[in-house]
Amino acid sequence: MAKPMSANTEITTETSSGRHHYRAQTARRYALLGGLTLLLLLCLCIDLSTGPANFTLGEVIHTLLHPETAKAQLRVVIWEIRMPIALMAITVGAGLSVAGAQMQTILANPLASPFTLGVSAAAGFGAALALVLGVSIIPSMVEIMIPINAFIMAMLTALLIHAFSRMRGVTVETIVLLGIALVFTFNALLALLQYVASEQALAAVVFWTMGSLVKATWTKVAITAGALLIVLPFFIRHSWALTALRLGDAKAESMGVNVKGLRLRTMLFVSLLAAIPVSFVGSIGFIGLVGPHIARMLVGEDQRFFMPAAIICGALIMSATSIVSKILIPGAILPIGVITALVGVPFFFSLIFTQRKSAW
Amino acid sequence: MVTLRLNNLSTRYGHHEVVRDITTPTIPGGSLTAVIGPNAAGKSSLFRRIAGLANGQGEVEVGGVEYDRNTICYMPQDTGANAVLSVYESIILASKQGRGLKVSDQELIAIDQLLEDLDIMPLAHRNLGQLSGGQRQLVALAQTLIRSPKVLLMDEPTSALDLHRQMEVLGFMQRKAEETGMVVMIAIHDLNHALHYCAQALVIQDGRMQGYGTCQEIIDQSLLENVYRVRGHVELNSLGQRQLVLRGPLAHL
Repeated sequence: MAKPMSANTEITTETSSGRHHYRAQTARRYALLGGLTLLLLLCLCIDLSTGPANFTLGEVIHTLLHPETAKAQLRVVIWEIRMPIALMAITVGAGLSVAGAQMQTILANPLASPFTLGVSAAAGFGAALALVLGVSIIPSMVEIMIPINAFIMAMLTALLIHAFSRMRGVTVETIVLLGIALVFTFNALLALLQYVASEQALAAVVFWTMGSLVKATWTKVAITAGALLIVLPFFIRHSWALTALRLGDAKAESMGVNVKGLRLRTMLFVSLLAAIPVSFVGSIGFIGLVGPHIARMLVGEDQRFFMPAAIICGALIMSATSIVSKILIPGAILPIGVITALVGVPFFFSLIFTQRKSAW
Repeated sequence: MVTLRLNNLSTRYGHHEVVRDITTPTIPGGSLTAVIGPNAAGKSSLFRRIAGLANGQGEVEVGGVEYDRNTICYMPQDTGANAVLSVYESIILASKQGRGLKVSDQELIAIDQLLEDLDIMPLAHRNLGQLSGGQRQLVALAQTLIRSPKVLLMDEPTSALDLHRQMEVLGFMQRKAEETGMVVMIAIHDLNHALHYCAQALVIQDGRMQGYGTCQEIIDQSLLENVYRVRGHVELNSLGQRQLVLRGPLAHL
């Protein structure tokens, strides 16, 4: 090896600390991820225990571990009624959060998320299109058409944002303005659909615009989880490349990353992750914004840690919000989208005002 | 020793041909090659074309080494980054592209050694966003060197460094090239540094190669007048080294 550029005796003592510090940091991150996972499991149990009939945590855990010996009422309420809703909260939170994390990464934009850039609104419109027009056309196919429609609309919107973001002179703020324009457009189109919708479809569309978990089923949970399982291997395989994007395009390219291809494929996967939750539980805002930011603060942006942290944080926030939605007004379940928006909007504002001053 | 030869190399930026038909003799490794020319001459485009980051006609021949994804490394001009990553993580990142997720002790030892060599160990766990321009350039150098390139293309690597650091980095690269036999091409504006540290020079103007040879041959009065449009000459200083004496810009025609 070359001689050190200048003699510095202190460096010898720091040499070993380079990798030791890194190993210690890595261990802390694993511990943090483990801790967050435990917290998520705890949240899941509390979520299962709260509702019109409250159960103790002990009862919940016993029913989960030994359903065959649990009381029938407890088993039915926990496994058949509350479990799909609780798991839906987790999968939706995870999906939206990782979608937001990757949108922020590939657009180099801290304000990006499926909700703020109109991808969720587009998916909602696509879903409503299937419901309002699809109900009368092929009734048996509606269940499948809703997520497919949502995905197609979300994908087209994501591609539009992607194309726009590549234009010269486009800044972080202009992308957000485009997002706002897209949200308005799709909301207007949704209103138009509501105008022509049948009463039954109208009720479903209104329900969506608020975002609610109560119509979760095991099938919907499986599809949402399935979307994550399809997408995550791609993100894991490209962990280093996605992290490299955060060093800027020129540097990522010089490291051998196919920047254009990676960005495009990521955008397509993100639209899948954003579309599926919206088509099942409606418009749930800001999880895709708040989740990744908390993850980034906790573990930084090495995707090997950032992505799992974003997944767990998103799931945790949704699970906690699900609990809050049930206990805020006893006996009633508030639409979860309303709560996430109420918490998310101030967070979004604080990001707008602080993002220029510090690294995000 | 590694060698590099360019045959009829061209590339475009939009409709504009920014590198035009560049053919060089065999450029030897083991010493530094200065790539000199005025602003917008096509130096960065040439580097991007050699590294395969820009498409175009012509061939890049690398001799004396097996070719893999890290054979030719391009170190772009620094643009800064606000990623929440430490210097150490950013270097791991550079070394792990296209490889597995686990980071081995060997890889970390190599990074420690490199940080020590570059005298930037104190920066190791700083966030990238907290670095000064000069520190960022040193980190960028570490990110490139960790890949053990055989042909290293450095785009103005010392532009943000103070004089002391400029000389340290160029001296370091000179030794590194000698030890490893790699080809190092440096786009550089300071011709005195080129005279002092580089063995060869390649002159580019308007995307074309205007000359290639030893620095002694290439950097002279006619280069200053014809390529840089300044009045001046090269003379021996009191240490017996060749040095530029500049008198001012040539008047516009």
